[in-house]
Amino acid sequence: MALLEARGLIKIFGKLTALNGAELVVQPNEFHGLIGPNGSGKSTMMKCIAGAEVPTEGRVTFDGRDITTASPAERARAGMSLKFQITSVLPALTLYDNVLLALQGQTALSKLMFSRTRGALHDKVMAMLEQFRLVDRAGEPAASLSHGQQQWLEIAMALAPEPKLLLLDEPTGGMSLEERRVTGELLAPIKARCSLVIVEHDLDFIRDICDRLTVLDGGAVLDTGTIEQIQASPKVQEVYLRRA
Amino acid sequence: MLAIGLLLPLVLQDYLTVFGTRVLILCLFALSFDLVWGYSGIMSFGQAVFFGSAGYGVALLARDLDVTSMLLVIPAGVLIGFAIALLIGGFLLLGRNPSSVIFVSLGTLTGSYAFDRLARGWYYLGGQNGIPSIPPMHIGSYDLTEGPVFYYFVLAILLLVYLGCRFLTKSQFGLALAGLRENEQRIAFFGYKVQHIKAIIFSLAGAIAGLAGSLYAFHEGFVWPNMLGVVMSTQVVLYVLFGGSGTLIGAVVGTVVIEIVSFWLSNNYQDIWPIILGCLMLLVILFRPAGLVSLILSERERIGSFGRPPKVDDKERDHGAA
Ligand SMILES: Nc1ncnc2c1ncn2[C@@H]1O[C@H](COP(=O)(O)OP(=O)(O)OP(=O)(O)O)[C@@H](O)[C@H]1O
Ligand SMILES: [Mg+2]
Repeated sequence: MALLEARGLIKIFGKLTALNGAELVVQPNEFHGLIGPNGSGKSTMMKCIAGAEVPTEGRVTFDGRDITTASPAERARAGMSLKFQITSVLPALTLYDNVLLALQGQTALSKLMFSRTRGALHDKVMAMLEQFRLVDRAGEPAASLSHGQQQWLEIAMALAPEPKLLLLDEPTGGMSLEERRVTGELLAPIKARCSLVIVEHDLDFIRDICDRLTVLDGGAVLDTGTIEQIQASPKVQEVYLRRA
Repeated sequence: MLAIGLLLPLVLQDYLTVFGTRVLILCLFALSFDLVWGYSGIMSFGQAVFFGSAGYGVALLARDLDVTSMLLVIPAGVLIGFAIALLIGGFLLLGRNPSSVIFVSLGTLTGSYAFDRLARGWYYLGGQNGIPSIPPMHIGSYDLTEGPVFYYFVLAILLLVYLGCRFLTKSQFGLALAGLRENEQRIAFFGYKVQHIKAIIFSLAGAIAGLAGSLYAFHEGFVWPNMLGVVMSTQVVLYVLFGGSGTLIGAVVGTVVIEIVSFWLSNNYQDIWPIILGCLMLLVILFRPAGLVSLILSERERIGSFGRPPKVDDKERDHGAA
């Protein structure tokens, strides 16, 4: 059974139809790339899946549950985690606190007040920071990081609660080549634990890490399939050539 | 500071001890506002509603039902503050989409104004004059009247509440509050039930304000509409802003300094003291936007950090590697 199924998504902003029957199916442990020209509705699709927007029409099922109208918190608790296109770490808090905040987000509030698990969480937080090469700066406010590092921090935060599905909207935007390469390395090992939907403009990056691709154009799916199928797809060729 | 607080009644004249007690009660009130605003970023410009309602509530208990046992009136005050905060908070803060800062601040402000008018207009509540000559509260056969004993009683309560707030704000829940303050929308995506956090902190702060209000009513021996109103609500904003919001000690320092300065000024410059006080506060807020405590605490300490200092761990790891 698919982990995520978004069917017939329509999202209308006033007069503008951002999504027009878009679909996305993601299997467990699959890395799925979402590509398409600017304004084709990729971010809107991610938001409908994550709960930041409610689709005008259509259904989203996740892990066997219909979550079309579920709140963001309910989706997070069901095992969904995300990084928006616009980086939104909490700049005034330290890196450590940012990760801890993400890590404890699903814990009952009463437990947060009288927590006895700080020690175990501490090790987890440090391990996440270590993994994303940020451990030396754990005590500094997130605002002091470079843009690229903030994105790493946000990925670390998204991964901390061990989600079943990770949604990343342009995680390498504004990164140097070297940073991009490292990001790819950092993402590769999580395949054993969760699925990924990633929006990226860097097609080489996508090709390196993804199993399948979905191409959006004008709010609808142009084509979907394995990397090879998409590369060979005449429809996709046409759109990308037309714009290039 | 605690030592000074403990010793004060021994050296002060009686009327100053009474003044000191009043200031301590106001500190309690300031803590309640600091929790919602300084720590959680909820603009409650109507905190006096909880303070005053509890004051009126216990005054009515004493006047109409002859209930003045400390073991009843104090919990009653706490409960009133809690319940009203839960009600108002439920109305203003909850709802699926986060309510805007303007909505919450205007809503609470309006609430404060409405409660004030209501108390002024309602004969049962004593109208403009409020409820005078509330009998003292008692425990067993001992009457608690203003003076050193009342002072120490309030000091003990303040200390307890202070420590309670400290525990809460330093706990992992405190980190959730910081997240709420920094970016409410974002933390919902981590799984936080933002509405629950708000309801908890708002009603908890209401309970503390209610505690302060009931103490105030019995200490002063009367309640009057100003206790509920916009002036009182604004005053507590100033205490916290002046002392340093988002730190517990700031709320206490702000209250004590403002009250002492205005006490001194009003004795020495009877006509123009409010203007002098206003200018002083403006100076602090202009040059020390983080409040008086920023003179002694660094930015980092003020914002606080929930993690253990990572430095220690780095050393441990290095040892492990070596
Ligand atoms: N909140 C909104 N209100 C109105 N229009 C919106 C809103 N969000 C997105 N849009 C519009 O919907 C369309 C799709 O936007 P979306 O952000 O999903 O595109 P995208 O594929 O992510 O583009 P990019 O590659 O530039 O990130 C765009 O025309 C955009 O202007
Ligand atoms: Mg986008």
